[in-house]
Amino acid sequence: MSTADTQTGARRTPGLVPVSETRRSAERAAAPREPSVLSEPEPSGGVVAFWRLLRSELGLTFRRPRNLIMLGVLALVPVIIGIVLKSIGTEDADGGMGALLAATAGNSLMLTFVALSALVPLLMPIAVAVVAGDSIAGEAGTGTLRYLLAAPAGRGRLLAVKYLNAVAFSVAVTAAVAVSALVVGVLLFPVGPVTLLSGTTVSFADGLLRILITVGYVSAGMAALAAVALALSTLTEVSIGAIAATLVLIIVTQVLRAFPQLDWLAPYLLPTHWSGFDGALRDPIGDMSGGLLAFTAYIALFLSTAWARFSGKDISS
Amino acid sequence: MTSEVLLEAGAPSGAAPPAAITTSGLTKRFRGGQVAVDAIDLDVPRGSVYGFLGPNGSGKTTTIRMLLGLITPTEGTFTMPPLTTVGALVEGPAFYPYLSGEANLLRFDAADPSAPPRTAKARAAEALERVGLAAAAGKRYRAYSLGMRQRLAIAAALLRPRRLLVLDEPTNGLDPQGTREVRALVKDVAAEGTTVFVSSHLLAEVEQMCTHAGIMSAGRLVAQGTIASLSGGRAARIRIDTPDLEAAARVLAALELPDVRVGSDVTAELGGHAPERINAELVVAGVAVRGLSVVRTSLEDVFVGLTGEGFDVDG
Repeated sequence: MSTADTQTGARRTPGLVPVSETRRSAERAAAPREPSVLSEPEPSGGVVAFWRLLRSELGLTFRRPRNLIMLGVLALVPVIIGIVLKSIGTEDADGGMGALLAATAGNSLMLTFVALSALVPLLMPIAVAVVAGDSIAGEAGTGTLRYLLAAPAGRGRLLAVKYLNAVAFSVAVTAAVAVSALVVGVLLFPVGPVTLLSGTTVSFADGLLRILITVGYVSAGMAALAAVALALSTLTEVSIGAIAATLVLIIVTQVLRAFPQLDWLAPYLLPTHWSGFDGALRDPIGDMSGGLLAFTAYIALFLSTAWARFSGKDISS
Repeated sequence: MTSEVLLEAGAPSGAAPPAAITTSGLTKRFRGGQVAVDAIDLDVPRGSVYGFLGPNGSGKTTTIRMLLGLITPTEGTFTMPPLTTVGALVEGPAFYPYLSGEANLLRFDAADPSAPPRTAKARAAEALERVGLAAAAGKRYRAYSLGMRQRLAIAAALLRPRRLLVLDEPTNGLDPQGTREVRALVKDVAAEGTTVFVSSHLLAEVEQMCTHAGIMSAGRLVAQGTIASLSGGRAARIRIDTPDLEAAARVLAALELPDVRVGSDVTAELGGHAPERINAELVVAGVAVRGLSVVRTSLEDVFVGLTGEGFDVDG
């Protein structure tokens, strides 16, 4: 846990030699003059301290006006979609999304799926990219990173806390959209059994369960994006740089997906899998394992990248 | 390496005070080959108030960053108390602008894995009280003045009892009263047994609050020792203000004072002579003496002698 342990030992990195090993007896001889730091009840233990730092991080994220505004804007979109659908009615709603839109007008739960389909390609990723891209770079930019590390927060601990916080925000983003859509749907459209894309009809409770599955799947997709943004965040001291780089990646991949010639590439691109939640709208529930596997791979790859970069980085901001 | 290191006069065998910080050949070479810190051997005795002096850009902050584990040394080793027992102020305050002073302290306390959470609020309040910010505890950091920000950074360093306090330019941005308060605070903390490692380019400040000092120049530690040994290393000089420069110089030379120099006044090393006797000799020789003074070398003289001109002496 302490820097002393990480900097010495097998790697022989130049740096800290643990005091305990170099001057054990001398330390004791002079001990009386010292403040009784060492006799203070030693804390709480690793897990408690970790949770405390994570709570502090969550508090910063979920109290910060910028983030609350993003959540609010995202929650507003389903309201707008709901009102528009209600006012134009089903007759005019033909064309591409016709089936889903018609289904929405027929059942309150479908608004959630419509809203997520509309927001998953770009708006929700933007919100996640802002928080995750800002996570390390923002602290570096304001200089608070040096004080966190001197506290000492520990680089591994800090990175873990930052990522878990970004995951929590990913879930919050998805939940904000889903809950808002659910409420608006129930208020504006008939509540009752749901007809799925596959044509079968399931109970309202079953429909709610499918929404829960969808929220879980979309959150995982956003968490994968958060790992990418976190890795980019360790590369710079300018948070807007990390955020912009993440957005450019999203947009470029979305453009690449538009070329049929590049279809072979699509399974490797993150955004391809974000809309994979329509499996939850089929009976039996469609296979979402491909998407989840891709998310896991992205998370593993980019968290390793972030760690490789952050663990040895010179903090000179 | 450090050719001019002034070591402390022979410590009694075995009873040498243990060091709080020692470095051995500590070096930082940045990408591009620039050597910011060049094989320095610091020896900061336990319980001392150690002034880390040097012109801007001489490697002080880079050294502090290495000690705090923010950057990895290219070569060399160092010993330090564990970071959980070290309070630090590095390169100015840095806090969350949208949080209050108190919330900022709690944030950094939360980052310390060994800080007892139960006492956090009380410790934050005490630290704020100590730096005179109790009244501004609930105010957002954004609204703090530069001096208040600096105080808050010192409060963060004092959140827990510390074995070592590392203060990088602690009086930056403080008014004269604030500067005095920081000096008093450092004295208090040192009296509790905490070692204080304070970097500064303000010589007067270091001379007033430190027991020891090390002087950096262009990445090298060019001198280190107690304040007394550093400034006492050079002899006192006598300075004579007179219109009869040549005549005065002849008298001083006749008295066998070493290193007589004539400029706008006449100076020479005093050696063991009594100033009043020199005055009498001058008067006897018919030299018109307008003023006569004994100039003891200050840390500043040592400093400028070691680091050369161009030093930012605005203290």
